[in-house]
Amino acid sequence: MKTVSSPLLVLKSLSKSWREFQIRDVNLEVRRGEYFVVMGPTGAGKTLLLQLIAGIHYPDSGKIILDDVDVTYLPPERRSIGYVPQNYALFPHMSVKDNIGYGLKIRGYPKDEIERRVRELSSKLRIDHLLERRVSSLSGGEQQRVALARALIIEPKILLLDEPLSALDPETREEIRDYLKEIRRMLGFTAVHVTHDFIEAVDLGDRMAAMFNGEILQVGEPMEIIMNPRNELVASFTGAKNLFKGEVVARRGELAEIDLGGVRVYAATRRSGKVMVAIRPENIIILLEKARISARNILEGVIEEISEKPPYISLKIDAGLPFTVYLTRNALEDLNLRVGKRVYLAFKVSAVSVF
Amino acid sequence: MDLEVLNALLTTFTAAAMAALSALIFGTPLAYVLARKDFAFKNLLESLMNVPLAIPHSVAGILVLLAYHSRSSIGEILSRIGIMVEDSFWGIVLAMLFVSAPIFISSARSGFSMVDETFEHVARTLGAGHFKTFFTVTLPLAFRSIISGIIVTWARAVSEVGALLIVAPYPKSIALLVIERFEAFGLSAAIPITALLLLIGVVVVLTLNYISMR
Repeated sequence: MKTVSSPLLVLKSLSKSWREFQIRDVNLEVRRGEYFVVMGPTGAGKTLLLQLIAGIHYPDSGKIILDDVDVTYLPPERRSIGYVPQNYALFPHMSVKDNIGYGLKIRGYPKDEIERRVRELSSKLRIDHLLERRVSSLSGGEQQRVALARALIIEPKILLLDEPLSALDPETREEIRDYLKEIRRMLGFTAVHVTHDFIEAVDLGDRMAAMFNGEILQVGEPMEIIMNPRNELVASFTGAKNLFKGEVVARRGELAEIDLGGVRVYAATRRSGKVMVAIRPENIIILLEKARISARNILEGVIEEISEKPPYISLKIDAGLPFTVYLTRNALEDLNLRVGKRVYLAFKVSAVSVF
Repeated sequence: MDLEVLNALLTTFTAAAMAALSALIFGTPLAYVLARKDFAFKNLLESLMNVPLAIPHSVAGILVLLAYHSRSSIGEILSRIGIMVEDSFWGIVLAMLFVSAPIFISSARSGFSMVDETFEHVARTLGAGHFKTFFTVTLPLAFRSIISGIIVTWARAVSEVGALLIVAPYPKSIALLVIERFEAFGLSAAIPITALLLLIGVVVVLTLNYISMR
């Protein structure tokens, strides 16, 4: 029974142990047309998860339902999946054109139709000028596009992208993110994209799952997870630098006053007792004077270290607790900040994640 | 050139080609499995496969004879389909195969190991089954190792002496002819064949060099 509303991909209690990697009881649903990001640190089992979906490995237990069909033990060639591995794996013994046309050739399409479809898709993906090139002559970004074309030409039910941006330099990364959004608008595919970078999750993902040690810890909209990590692990790898233990010592309605061991902050939470607090470094504003601003939390501190954290400048500030703050270079210069300077840290109640 | 030399060359080269071809046909799947799969006693199997390289070739010849002589069980089956091992062309092929196949298998195995499995994974997702993946992706990418493996295997088979002395002194193979000429007529009589074989050896080595440079 096929319904439009049923999820395209369902993982049911999926478990697998392979070499040093593990997938533990993963349950996940990817909706039709959705761009789904799986985010986790290196070694979390993200690649293994994709390979289970692709059929490169079979799970030890659990089920994989793709388009309402149980594909758990189907070989990869019978799943209709587009797979772009981390190193792209373009076939080095073929031209760009033959790489893209491979899936059609294997299916026995006539030569002229392969040629026509390769040209059509290549022009949509703006890589038609690369068709006659050798794979070894392509830049990272070009390889990425060719690998996408090769996966998309078979019109797969789902596109699997393994850290598609990690091998690229930062400028190309942003370009490829925009490119992915654009071709998605154009072709309307469903994708599962794994990454360790929360910027990709926020920028590209309709929804995301946070994965750690083979387990899915949290599923939701990327901003929701980044801003409200459900536990310490999620917060630690979604980029939350300022992670503290604390205790709710007073509250007025939703507004709780939390003691972090001498330093007190205000947060909007229903929790009480011992809690964890995370404040994202880019959500903290630096002030030179204790001005009247809307931010409820204002802490006094001394700058201990200033370092590059492209695209930001990272400040380490002792405010009773070690805080990390990200600023733009402009802000740093405008405020004339240097090591040893006394400053105020300001952040909103909503910038404080409590769990 | 005298007819005896010509015949010996023909015998040796075709027998070596048969041995190399057999190594290709039977050794390629084995090499692929060794490169890709893990299984119990894999290390032991790989070590045992190299035993022919570690024993005197007269001993290798004795082993081939023991396994295939006409009164052994395998030899009896072979003789029923008209294949005799002792003093026959097929004996030469078998002896050559026994001493040279390990070279092919290890060359092909290392060739397959160097092919990133991810290429195969992608080919599979694009619709190619095991065989299509092997023939369109894995084999072309390991081609150089396979070809150089075949050449070295063939050359090793051509250069075999010890096992042939035991298994099949007749029909005469070229390496045995060199010995015979030397013993019967002295050094100068052996020079022409020696020069010829040396030349062939040089060509083989240069060919290998060319393949690995490409």
